Amino acid sequence: MIKELISLHSLRGWLYSFGLLALAVILLPVLNIFISEESFLHVPNYVFPLLGKYLCYALVALAIDLIWGYTGILSLGHGVFFSMGGYAMGMYLMRSIGKEGMYKSELPDFMVFLDWKELPWYWYGSDYFSFSLLVILLLPGLFAFVFGYYAFRSRIKGVYFAIITQAMTYALMLLFFRNDTGFGGNNGLTDFKRILGYSLQEPSTKMSLFIITAIVLFLSYILSRYIVKSKLGRVLTAIRDVESRVMFSGYNTLHYKLFIWTLSAFLCGIAGALYVPQVGIINPSEMQPSNSIEMAIWVAVGGRGTLGGAILGAGLINIAKSWFTVAAPDYWLYFLGILFISVTLFLPKGLIGIFDHFSSHKKNRKL
Amino acid sequence: MGGISLLIESICLMAEITFPYKSDFFTDSDKSIQLVFRILGTFIILFIFIAPISIVEANIFEVTIQELGSKSRSTIKIAVKKLGDHGDPAALPALLALKNKRLAITENERLVILNESESKGRDFFTGDILNVESLVITKPMINNSVRRVLSTAIAKLKLTSDDPVLRLEAAKDLLRRSSSSIIPLVEISLIKEKNDNIKEVLLLVLAKEYLQGDDKKKRIESINTIKNFGSKEFFSVLEELLIKNDEGEFLEKDSEIRRNAAEAIKSVKKRQVFIDQVANLFYGLSLGSILLLAALGLAITFGLMGVINMAHGEMIMIGAYATFVVQNIFIKYLPSLFDWYLIVAIPVSFLASAIVGIVLERSVIRHLYGRPLETLLATWGISLVLIQSVRLIFGAQNVAVENPFYLSGGIEVFSGVIFPYSRIAIIIFVIFIVILIWMLLQKTPLGLQVRAVTQNREMAACMGISTHKVDMWTFGLGSGVAGLGGLALSQIGNVGPELGRMYIVDSFMVVVLGGVGKIAGTVAGAFSIGIVNKILEPFSGAVLGKIIVLVLIIALIQKRPQGLFAPKGRNTED
Repeated sequence: MIKELISLHSLRGWLYSFGLLALAVILLPVLNIFISEESFLHVPNYVFPLLGKYLCYALVALAIDLIWGYTGILSLGHGVFFSMGGYAMGMYLMRSIGKEGMYKSELPDFMVFLDWKELPWYWYGSDYFSFSLLVILLLPGLFAFVFGYYAFRSRIKGVYFAIITQAMTYALMLLFFRNDTGFGGNNGLTDFKRILGYSLQEPSTKMSLFIITAIVLFLSYILSRYIVKSKLGRVLTAIRDVESRVMFSGYNTLHYKLFIWTLSAFLCGIAGALYVPQVGIINPSEMQPSNSIEMAIWVAVGGRGTLGGAILGAGLINIAKSWFTVAAPDYWLYFLGILFISVTLFLPKGLIGIFDHFSSHKKNRKL
Repeated sequence: MGGISLLIESICLMAEITFPYKSDFFTDSDKSIQLVFRILGTFIILFIFIAPISIVEANIFEVTIQELGSKSRSTIKIAVKKLGDHGDPAALPALLALKNKRLAITENERLVILNESESKGRDFFTGDILNVESLVITKPMINNSVRRVLSTAIAKLKLTSDDPVLRLEAAKDLLRRSSSSIIPLVEISLIKEKNDNIKEVLLLVLAKEYLQGDDKKKRIESINTIKNFGSKEFFSVLEELLIKNDEGEFLEKDSEIRRNAAEAIKSVKKRQVFIDQVANLFYGLSLGSILLLAALGLAITFGLMGVINMAHGEMIMIGAYATFVVQNIFIKYLPSLFDWYLIVAIPVSFLASAIVGIVLERSVIRHLYGRPLETLLATWGISLVLIQSVRLIFGAQNVAVENPFYLSGGIEVFSGVIFPYSRIAIIIFVIFIVILIWMLLQKTPLGLQVRAVTQNREMAACMGISTHKVDMWTFGLGSGVAGLGGLALSQIGNVGPELGRMYIVDSFMVVVLGGVGKIAGTVAGAFSIGIVNKILEPFSGAVLGKIIVLVLIIALIQKRPQGLFAPKGRNTED
């Protein structure tokens, strides 16, 4: 087992991945705590939730890469799974506000505002962290399983699948925008105070959340790596390339597709749950079709079919987004749009493709 | 006997003209006799006593009109009431002017009606045109209570007008704000009235008033009138008759009236259901035609060429903005022909979107043929660039595109159910375009080539068809049709940079539901989505209805992955 694990990466690969993990989990906190604030090496507090957000996006990109990059199924509805995890976490955080809301009521503020007298039944479990955790881990996967079962069974694929998942996220967005649905409508869930008793305003809580996110991302990366290197992963790649031939070879592609689709949704749900306490809000706009398409482009920019590429793409685009929305908000959409076009036209393998190109060049020269 | 009652009646009428109060004389006499008396009374007043009374009346009329310019609101109110009850249409301009704040009074107490720019005024009595800019004028102030009286008075005067449109408007106004004081007026108008529509409304006004009275026969008659013509607005009136008090006794003692009321409610409800169904069907057709316009272009680019154009919504948006630009050019350079800008906008919006589409096809999309998922992402990028460009050029706010006169307003099919002309025009426009596209694809050389390339690209190329050119023209056609969709949408809603975004998911649903590559399927898909949506709406609300439709489509595609109109044959995938 351990041997198998070690064989997932070359020595250099392991060094890189553990190095990055150590950077996030050890170096950054140390630079924050032990270096005085005047020093240029000091990492300020606001960096952690920001980086945490990027890591959540990276986890989403990883999930999409599994289903799109490796299996060739483009989903334009991953925003749904992300939001499911996010809302489940948001509900727990909402309940743990207690009576400190604006209306000093037992109920969440928006329910008081809507003049609701008691908690709807689907909010019952959210008082307990353990139950919410269970929902986060199970619900997105379960939903994806049912949806995927019916979709893949009828052999919906390619563009049709993309369009149907887009319709799914659109429908759910409309549903969550309604006030009567009971998830805060337009405004979503926000004004969180604490998680498991720790105040969300505390820098230490924020740092811990960031470290947890980094570890989860690392473990998910190892898991994904394990899957794509295994025989299962090779079948998935074969499905991507010629599905009919895989079927004729005696594989039931439904099972493979359903497995990876469910796993992808599962990872996406976790990303959403980690995202909400760090950003402090979850609302239906996360389910906008455009958001899900943007998620796919992270993967395309970084490099489809390479796990590192997906993470790289999510990080780079979101850093660019943070910079643009402050420096030149009018041109962000231009940048994003041109990036979409140029990556699909000129960089079918993404940014990772450029590195590979150069490294293979070097090797060729040595020979 | 008749003579005496006639005399009394005449006196009553005279009295009512100046002091409106509820007359309870003759409540037991037959309605028609009473009506005849009332009219005879009027005639007598008008003809037998015409000389002395008309002098007195004329004086009263002038004095009352003059009182409209008074400083005291209560004086104005009484004057308005008097003029309304008097029933002389000559007072109408003054009352309308008062309502629109154009009535003013000069220093030397001349009552003038101002023109729109308030630079000139016309003396109400002499008709002289005065230059009011050099005069000191004061406008009488009115408040809501005056305004209410004013509307009733205007309605009453309009009722005596010669224009049937004005009369219908007035009758409807009265129905909304009826009071017992108008009964005689309505009764008189009803006899003179020839137009069935107006008659109906007037009957309802009377029924509503009689129902409050004590005369059992009249009340039952009223209930029957409501039963025959009434709309859902009468529910509350009828249901009041069936209310029980706390001890479980009916407030309405008469069981016959209660029975009639219950029957009337049933029949009004039945008619309402029918009206609702017709209205739903119309709005469904209208929504379907809009969806069809949005999806037709997509049916061409996606259905025939297999290109997933996520920037399709932006082609719609460009068409709408092209209409906006044409409108503004007309406002600036050809204001007299403004109402015809829409005709010019049709080719302009088509060409604007078609040209943008052809440029995109040549520059980006043709490099991605055969890679549908990449096309999807690249065209999404294009859509972002287009949206942002429009935002920078025209601003992020919605812009207003106005209906020309022939598309504003609508036909009132039933009371309260209006079919706007703009929506009717869109339905006709869509039918026209569908026929045109069908002809283009089936009857022209270009259509033949398009179909050939769709069926077998290599073979078509071997036969000497320039597939690249065909791709370009097909994409241009699809985009142009989307532009026409934008033109139509600009007539019924706001035009903004995100206009296309709202339709992109729906358009894809229409094409996928109908089956790819079939125009007939697209038509069926659009109208079935539109009608199902509108039928669901009353039960579940607009948003939930839309969600249910989306879920239904997703479920249906499970059953029929190829759409409703699947192409027959044994094509293997890809």
